[in-house]
Amino acid sequence: MTALLIRDLRLAIRAGGGFGLGLAFFLILVVLVPFSVGPQSALLASIAPGVLWLGALLACLLSLDRLLALDFEDGTLDVLATAPLPLEAALAVKALAHWITTGLPLVLAAPVLGILLSLPAGGYGWLVLSLLLGTPALSMIGTFGAALTVGIKRGGLLMSLLVLPLYVPTLIFGAEAARRGAALMDAQTPLVLLAGISLGAVALLPFAAAAALRMTIR
Amino acid sequence: MPDLGKYTEYVLLSYGLSIGLLVVLLALTLRRGRKARTALRRIEEETSRNGKN
Amino acid sequence: MSLWEYANPVKFLALSAKVQPFAWAVAAIGIGVGLIWGFFFTPDDFRQGASIKIIYIHVPSAWIAVNAWMMMLVASLIWLVRRHHVSALAARAAAPVGLVMTVIGLLTGAIWGQPIWGTWWAWDPRLTSFLILFLFYLGYIALWEAIEDPDTAADLTAILCLVGSVFALMSRYAVLFWSQGLHQGATLSLDKEENISDVFWQPLVLSIVGFTLLFIALVLYRTGTEIALRRTKALAVRLERDV
Repeated sequence: MTALLIRDLRLAIRAGGGFGLGLAFFLILVVLVPFSVGPQSALLASIAPGVLWLGALLACLLSLDRLLALDFEDGTLDVLATAPLPLEAALAVKALAHWITTGLPLVLAAPVLGILLSLPAGGYGWLVLSLLLGTPALSMIGTFGAALTVGIKRGGLLMSLLVLPLYVPTLIFGAEAARRGAALMDAQTPLVLLAGISLGAVALLPFAAAAALRMTIR
Repeated sequence: MPDLGKYTEYVLLSYGLSIGLLVVLLALTLRRGRKARTALRRIEEETSRNGKN
Repeated sequence: MSLWEYANPVKFLALSAKVQPFAWAVAAIGIGVGLIWGFFFTPDDFRQGASIKIIYIHVPSAWIAVNAWMMMLVASLIWLVRRHHVSALAARAAAPVGLVMTVIGLLTGAIWGQPIWGTWWAWDPRLTSFLILFLFYLGYIALWEAIEDPDTAADLTAILCLVGSVFALMSRYAVLFWSQGLHQGATLSLDKEENISDVFWQPLVLSIVGFTLLFIALVLYRTGTEIALRRTKALAVRLERDV
């Protein structure tokens, strides 16, 4: 299990693995926002939590393509499916690797990008906390989406269509927590619900993803 | 025609659009169904002509 | 080719042929009489005026939009547990019908909202939930279309339907939490006090029955279409092999 994790992390960091691509996308998206809505800092401050959450979500989505596709092409998934390690666990590990290489950097970069969008001073802690709690759900749901569409040629766009509606509750609670935090309101309720979604996703979706994957590669 | 007052265009528009959409759905369903059933009948005849195997 | 492929669809088609004329007839009568009654022979609402007439389409289509998804969920479960091909095909057949009903619900809602709320669209919980439901239908149908192998397609869409249902339900509550709405409460409530008055109620029920039977008839017919397509493909393969 650890071996698989280390292998996935190595592959992701190696050139062409896509590590940093999501981060760069996140940066560019946030830089583009003032160009599209204007540089007034009051406006930027009020939309900053939502924009940062949406940017993190899209950056996550962008990197899902590679999550299983390469392993599917070179037959690694067939090996994993017959390995003694249950496929459920293997997929959970893959989601974890995706989170470490994509989700965690996004969480760490978000406060820096928050400065660009003049996020109010009180909002940074809540933003980081909400992203920290929410990005595991994004990675896990994304792994499920990737498992559903891995057998389809040029399934990238289809996967976005399938995964984005599934992201709705996570986005609502996450952005709401960050927004309330930035406005110095009580953000505990959405934060707890967000954590609930993450825990539920991590606990249950590996089974759904593994079931989908078995149907594709049987 | 009942007097719909200031809501005339809204009510008529929603009835028109909805019934239009339902008719389109029905037409597409029937067209696809007819085509599929004709194709099936043709290939079934061909199979039975080739002998039962 | 397993026995299921032939034996059960045959039974299904026989039953479907018996039920369908009845379903089409009741659908036509229910929708016809319900809409004509509602449109021509009901009084205006004291608050909403004649715009209340939209309810005879709006509520039934919304009802079908939600219940079509429920039916797909049950059919998907049956497919996953019992491997009953007709069940998977019925789920596939229902999806476009549900999609159209969702669109009708959204459109009539927008048209109704314009004069009453003063806006075509508001991010109200009910409206938003319906929009999300619309997206789920799109994804489900797109996944069916994208996969070549019919059994794999049935499997994967069934899983998507199960997981999607859980997330759709979560979205529903998330959206409630996120926004306070303009939309009125449930039209069909068991609580008599909250219910709309009988004048509107009777044609509405008739229309709902009509829409429900229309849905059933459409799904039966479309499932028959899917079975015919599947059988054509199987026979084509056999012909090619024999030549």
